[in-house]
Amino acid sequence: MSMRSPTSELPVIFTDVAIVAADVTILDGISLVLPGSSAPTVLIGPNGSGKTTLLRAAMGLIPVTRGRITWGGRETLPPDRGAILFQRPVMLRRSAAGNVRYALAAAGVPRVARSERTAELLALVGLTGLERRPARKLSGGEQQRLALARALARDPAILFLDEPTASLDPAAANAIEDIVRAVTARGVKVVMSTHDLGQAKRLAGEIVLLHRGRLIENGSAAEFFAKPRTQEARTFIAGELLV
Amino acid sequence: MSTDVSAFQLVFTGDPALFAIVRLSLIVSLSAVFFAALIGIPAGAMLALVRFPGREGVIVFLNALMGLPPVVVGLAIFLTLSRSGPLGQWGLLFTPQAMVIAQTILVAPIIAALARQTVEDLWVEYRDELAAMNVGAGRRIATLIWDARFSLVTALLAGFGRAAAEVGAIIIVGGNIDGFTRTMTTAIALETSKGDLPLAVGLGVVLITIVILINALAWAARRAGEHYAG
Repeated sequence: MSMRSPTSELPVIFTDVAIVAADVTILDGISLVLPGSSAPTVLIGPNGSGKTTLLRAAMGLIPVTRGRITWGGRETLPPDRGAILFQRPVMLRRSAAGNVRYALAAAGVPRVARSERTAELLALVGLTGLERRPARKLSGGEQQRLALARALARDPAILFLDEPTASLDPAAANAIEDIVRAVTARGVKVVMSTHDLGQAKRLAGEIVLLHRGRLIENGSAAEFFAKPRTQEARTFIAGELLV
Repeated sequence: MSTDVSAFQLVFTGDPALFAIVRLSLIVSLSAVFFAALIGIPAGAMLALVRFPGREGVIVFLNALMGLPPVVVGLAIFLTLSRSGPLGQWGLLFTPQAMVIAQTILVAPIIAALARQTVEDLWVEYRDELAAMNVGAGRRIATLIWDARFSLVTALLAGFGRAAAEVGAIIIVGGNIDGFTRTMTTAIALETSKGDLPLAVGLGVVLITIVILINALAWAARRAGEHYAG
């Protein structure tokens, strides 16, 4: 991956977005701007607050019930401009390198370029030497890094990460955070969710706090943690239950 | 007891008639499984992924076809290939090709139905990832078939089991002609009716042994594949 120029798919703007599934309102009246700044935007909030749904909607994977989402003023996110890492990524039944090669092929990368790109991406996520290992036999942290490499195969302008360190030990989580910093430094806009407030402080340029499908607060991470504006934010930062 | 000895003598002395029958049986059954897989796996995968009105009815019908009575299929093929039938000019009746056609029709629904279930289960697992990678419909089907390949071995084995054990259809369309369309199952039926039990028992032993061997080989291939591919 090379350093990319500022992307035209940003900002991602949510205007009064609601998403309802099976009569359950998952997102309600979300108006939000995911800015074009280089620092990651981090979504926080309790379970069921709508973080995953917001990420999927921002990736264009699920339609909105009400409102609209635009990407740099466009109505759709071009498929090759965004990539998403799911909370529990599925490893295709092939080798680690085979998984990356598959993603490169799906992204339309010419066959002759795939070997070099595969090696480059596996090196970026620290999996050099494990190319031939069956992907499903990698550890949880390695699988998460492989899924990141697969997502990066699209050379995305925006990378959505859904709790990428949720089930990882501190060392594996730290490795993922290093990769997030590395791809951010290359100009990829990262939008991620996490339950780890320490991680949010370490990575976020901007924070979005959600609760029960509604936007509670968003703004710069420094301000959010220093001077939260809402009672819900103060409660959440204090580590107490949001009810 | 003497019957058993005669049966094993036929097997271990390499009786040419016995081995001709075994060879034809394997050719017919494996060919039928091959053609049924060519039809059934893509059809099952498409049925797993494509949504259309009446799809559930098609699935129920396909599942019901797994229980197709062989004699009915044999009769239908017989009428189709007989001299006065629509394909009578092909001259296929009472040939191994007719037997392959009949068994393909019997086996294809089994492979298609099992492939549909296997691919649909994998699709639930893969759907989000493939959607996120913007994988097109054709590549999705190819990916799911490839990644389900070890599970699909079970579908092929079920199809082979049906073909290898089948007698009703092939005896109608093949005619059980000695040295030409006689297979293990039709020979067993004939020799039993004639009271010549040694050959019948010998063929039965060979048939069961072959089925076990093929299942064991497939199982070993599946385990090895899973070990190396994950």
